[in-house]
Amino acid sequence: MTSPSTTIPNIVTNTDISRDTRRKKRKNKTQKHHQQDQIQINPKWKSQEQQQIYSTKLRQAITRVNSSSTPRRGKAVREAADRALAVTARGRTRWSRTILMTRLKIKFRKKKPNRVTALPSTRSKKSRVNVFRLKGKVVPSMQRKVRFLGGLVPGCKKEPLPVILEEAIDYIPALEMQVRAMSALFNLLSASTSGAGVSSG
Amino acid sequence: MSSRRSRSRQTSSSRNITDDQIHDLVSKLQQLLPEIRNRSSDKVSASRVLQETCNYIRNLNREVDDLSERLSELLATTDTAQAAIIRNLLMQ
Repeated sequence: MTSPSTTIPNIVTNTDISRDTRRKKRKNKTQKHHQQDQIQINPKWKSQEQQQIYSTKLRQAITRVNSSSTPRRGKAVREAADRALAVTARGRTRWSRTILMTRLKIKFRKKKPNRVTALPSTRSKKSRVNVFRLKGKVVPSMQRKVRFLGGLVPGCKKEPLPVILEEAIDYIPALEMQVRAMSALFNLLSASTSGAGVSSG
Repeated sequence: MSSRRSRSRQTSSSRNITDDQIHDLVSKLQQLLPEIRNRSSDKVSASRVLQETCNYIRNLNREVDDLSERLSELLATTDTAQAAIIRNLLMQ
């Protein structure tokens, strides 16, 4: 058995294969396991592989940024970083698709055929008190917070509550990884430039 | 995409989402937030989780903006020799 080298295509293939086998196993398992697999099926933003994949894309994207006008340069870098992040997410989440589509300036309304509506109150006879819903409607004090959160996550301004929550659950680790990758890149570059400055000085 | 569709089919056959699922999502979100994770995880209200989530996402966005500003300055404010070095590093 040959150990795979740590080149990026190999890592992607391994992730795909393991994801498919996990998907097949999922049908035999119970709901609880199903939930655990759900977390794994989305790209694991904490893993080193994802960060490497993203760093490579980030580097390529940044080289393409031309320092044309000064005020826009930082913005251009941010947009390039976001695009690289969305590509790394493989378009499986709403926020990543929104970022990619905004770039291409395509107005693509992707309406889900089954909209999630409010629950009839007769079903909620559980012991847990639900803060979000009362008599089938979202509590107004929570509504504002939910809308605000939906405004923060790209592409979720008009989405219902569970969608916003799911998107946020994926968006936050992705942002954390973006911060890690960009600061690592920054340290690498600043160390090398300072070193180069010393040697050429 | 298919995983997402099958997930919705399994959990919300009648196109409704249960309160339990919302509760699960909120607790999952809560696990991601650094401030709440350190304290007892049972006694945090959903409203607090939402608030902390908003704050955290805003902070992360600010950090990313700040980092991209610094990266762009690094790329620009260097002379040609150093810029070439940087570009070589980035191309690797």
